[in-house]
Amino acid sequence: MTASTTEVELRVTPDDRRIARYAAAAIALTVAEAALPSPLPGVKPGLANIVVLIVLWRHGWREAAWVSLLRVLAGSLLVGQFLAPGFFLGLAGALTSLVALALAARLPRTWFGPVTASVLAAFAHIGGQLLLARLWLVPHDGVFYLVPVFGTSALVFGIVNGLIAARLLKEKQ
Amino acid sequence: MTSWLALLRPGDWGVLALGAAAVAVSFPVLWSGGKAERAVIRLDGRVVAEYPLGAPQRYTVAGPLGDTVIEIASGRARVLSDPGPRQYCVQQGWLTRPNAIAICAPNHVSLSLAGRDPGHDSLNY
Repeated sequence: MTASTTEVELRVTPDDRRIARYAAAAIALTVAEAALPSPLPGVKPGLANIVVLIVLWRHGWREAAWVSLLRVLAGSLLVGQFLAPGFFLGLAGALTSLVALALAARLPRTWFGPVTASVLAAFAHIGGQLLLARLWLVPHDGVFYLVPVFGTSALVFGIVNGLIAARLLKEKQ
Repeated sequence: MTSWLALLRPGDWGVLALGAAAVAVSFPVLWSGGKAERAVIRLDGRVVAEYPLGAPQRYTVAGPLGDTVIEIASGRARVLSDPGPRQYCVQQGWLTRPNAIAICAPNHVSLSLAGRDPGHDSLNY
């Protein structure tokens, strides 16, 4: 019997399984966080980024990008936000923070720890979101009125997430 | 607490300081909203008087119901008295932000503050 041409065999490597496990943890944090009340759309702890930071530290930027983007996609499906404005804002934030993480990963590790990566990624995240919001959702400079609020929350949650990631990396060495 | 602080590496402190400074600077830069510079007084939608918010003074506008008295002070202005029945514009008190506006509708008088750039007024925002 000849193999069916419609049958696709997926070869799953150990790397894939690891990425899937990390992504699952990140998605769980996203869903849990969606239950928390937020004073302003966009002000969230971003706990899933702890997972992304750990993956970046242990396995490099490529795997961190996989985990981050899978988290945005699957997380939005689970909370019913897929292709809604919030999804695109989250995606823009994830992409810009991945750029920031690519830069942060090149800094010397003796001097810069996960907290630096976390804070830079958090600022990049709000930067990407605000840029998309300005270009697409609110075509007025009024959105920048919110920069101080988002900046404060990015700084605080960036530090907190970075510290948690640093602690987990240290304890599970 | 010290175990958490031990997780910060020397460069992290620099990044935190820069981040905190950037956030601190963003508040006054983005939230000042400009400075109110002039008080503009209108009767029936036409500008009847315009004063810089400097020297304290009073201005009286004669509307259809009677006299509305506007008080101007340094950096602020208010409707001191108005013959209207509900006194909304008087109760608004001192206006300090650019584009803030107090409207004494029954007497057809309005007082608004103008800054350098026209932005949202307090009705739209």
